[in-house]
Amino acid sequence: MAAHEYNPEEVRKRRIKGRRKRNFREWCIFTGYLTPSLLGVLLFFFGPMLIVLVQSFQRSATNSEFVGVDNYVHVWNNQAFQSAAKNTLIFAGLAVPLAVLLSLLLALLLSSKIPGKSVFRSIMLNPMMVPVASIVLIWQVMFSYNGALNTYMGWFGIDKIDWMKSNWSRLVILILFLWKNLGYNMVLFISAISAVPAEQLESAKMDGANAVRRFFSIKLPYLWPTIFFVGIMSLINSFKIFREVYLLTGDYPVNALYMLQHFMNNMFSHLDNAKLTAAAIIMCIAMIIIVGALFIAENRLGRDTEE
Amino acid sequence: MKKNAITPLQPLQPADVRPAPLKVGDDSHNHGSVRDIQEVEIVRLSPEELERRHEKARVDARRRAKVRNIISHFWTTVGVALAVFIAIFALMPIVLTILDSFMSTDEIKTNYSAVYNSLSSAAAETKTYLSSTPKLKMIPDFVSFSQYKTLLFLSPTYLLKFWNSVALVVPIVLGQITVGCLASYSFSRYRKKRREVLFFSYVILMLMPFQVTLVPNYLIANKLGIYNTWWAIILPGIFSTFSVFLLSKYMRQIPSSYIEAAKLDGANEWQIFTRISLPMCKSAVYAMAILLFIDYWNMVEQPLILLEDASKQPLSVFLSQINASEVGVAFAASFIFMVPPLLIFLYGEQYLVEGISRSGIK
Repeated sequence: MAAHEYNPEEVRKRRIKGRRKRNFREWCIFTGYLTPSLLGVLLFFFGPMLIVLVQSFQRSATNSEFVGVDNYVHVWNNQAFQSAAKNTLIFAGLAVPLAVLLSLLLALLLSSKIPGKSVFRSIMLNPMMVPVASIVLIWQVMFSYNGALNTYMGWFGIDKIDWMKSNWSRLVILILFLWKNLGYNMVLFISAISAVPAEQLESAKMDGANAVRRFFSIKLPYLWPTIFFVGIMSLINSFKIFREVYLLTGDYPVNALYMLQHFMNNMFSHLDNAKLTAAAIIMCIAMIIIVGALFIAENRLGRDTEE
Repeated sequence: MKKNAITPLQPLQPADVRPAPLKVGDDSHNHGSVRDIQEVEIVRLSPEELERRHEKARVDARRRAKVRNIISHFWTTVGVALAVFIAIFALMPIVLTILDSFMSTDEIKTNYSAVYNSLSSAAAETKTYLSSTPKLKMIPDFVSFSQYKTLLFLSPTYLLKFWNSVALVVPIVLGQITVGCLASYSFSRYRKKRREVLFFSYVILMLMPFQVTLVPNYLIANKLGIYNTWWAIILPGIFSTFSVFLLSKYMRQIPSSYIEAAKLDGANEWQIFTRISLPMCKSAVYAMAILLFIDYWNMVEQPLILLEDASKQPLSVFLSQINASEVGVAFAASFIFMVPPLLIFLYGEQYLVEGISRSGIK
């Protein structure tokens, strides 16, 4: 038979083969671009994470006897871990909503008709760029027992407060956190607010909706995705507060400031592999749960605004 | 509107000759507002009266506008005052650090000794609290460069630590940007199901706090024998997935028509990557570099755990250890440490703002 005779089966096969070949080539190219990152991530994060998972079920780094969930139970019942987890959670629970709320208010302020917006924006973004280590000295001058704040309060007859060595330290750390992070969040919110359709705001204004009503009925639904994004970024940053705490108070802060990172540092210095790995896995799971809950909540609310 | 009711062509009716009152009818079943205006009179007004009323309305409107103006001015003023207040709060610590860096060492000791005595934990519990009267001056009496002199010429440790910081941060930033651009190009162009799962695991990894990722980093550093060297910090830094997350968010916003057009013109993937994708998210790449720089310039957790030798520590960790003993030069050291990020900020602010802004929009 002649080769050019039409054979639908043959053509279909060849077409599928061609597509497969093209798909495979595409896969090769894009996997090639991904390779450096993927190798590094596997070698430095995912691979060792598996080792961590395995070791968390073993007695110690040298003794690989399987002990089940003993390590987890030990860590979970550890007083230091409990207080560290509690402090970290309390801090995140206070800092994240406050950061979202205040930066949203700031963004609304800078989106209104006030002069010199861009100057204010630059100034408020500035704290983000300042390294914690550089600014610690001034915070110490402010908040130490003989510091500026207590002196100024003394002028008004208010008693001295030992800011860094009592439960007030939570407030101090909260202020430092907000000082550093509001600018970044604010820029995110400003851009989200400017993306709200102007016609809708205008027509609502014509219909007599006041500023508060316009915010809750029109702007807020558009802002939900950004609110979640800012919330997640703030959550990540709230775990970095250890820097401020460490640089302000060193290895042994007051109980209220004893963060998970302090606990981990302790475990590192004792080379307590079992507890270390178990704690890391517990935190990893907790983080996945929190972030997962946030994503689900975002999806729910996002669907509401689309309707 | 009222003015149109009486056209000049219409003969004017005297004010006392009124048309019969308009009866709306006795609708007893309707208890609404209609009952209140059962009798509506259509009144023809004399031109003088009309003019008077117009004038009154005009005056009223003007007064209302003025009040509204005052109110809006008031709110603007409140807004500006608030913004100024927050701006002062934002800038104050930075300005004070700079000012204090020009105090002479002696002046700092007299001003802040009360503060730093109470900081050292040994003295904390004793009665130094009662005896020391703090003398807090934020502004130096006269400008002195003695701190800088000591710092730059008499104590080489600071410069060494500064160099450590640079040597750690620059490779991380350059490396992570390179690796991140390649990976996010791949993620943005090839969007199959399995690849999305991988991308999601990258996002999860990005969200993990140091407390989690440092343990695997520590393990692998031990295994590879790079513990207590800079590589233990640099390598995980390069492969951190933060930049992949943000950059691929950008690259996915590039309209696919651009890429299709390039393909039709015969561009291969590398050309699409370097000629279209990269230039289109230039501001994002710059913003990313700035964010990474400040983040790693700031790092405390990794060096504390992965570097044992104090001589290898970056300035960020070292600064915290000089506070109590050598407070005389600490302010100058702090200021020098904050100069590189601030310069980068001044230079790249617009990229940073643009980059951050667009990262939030989905």
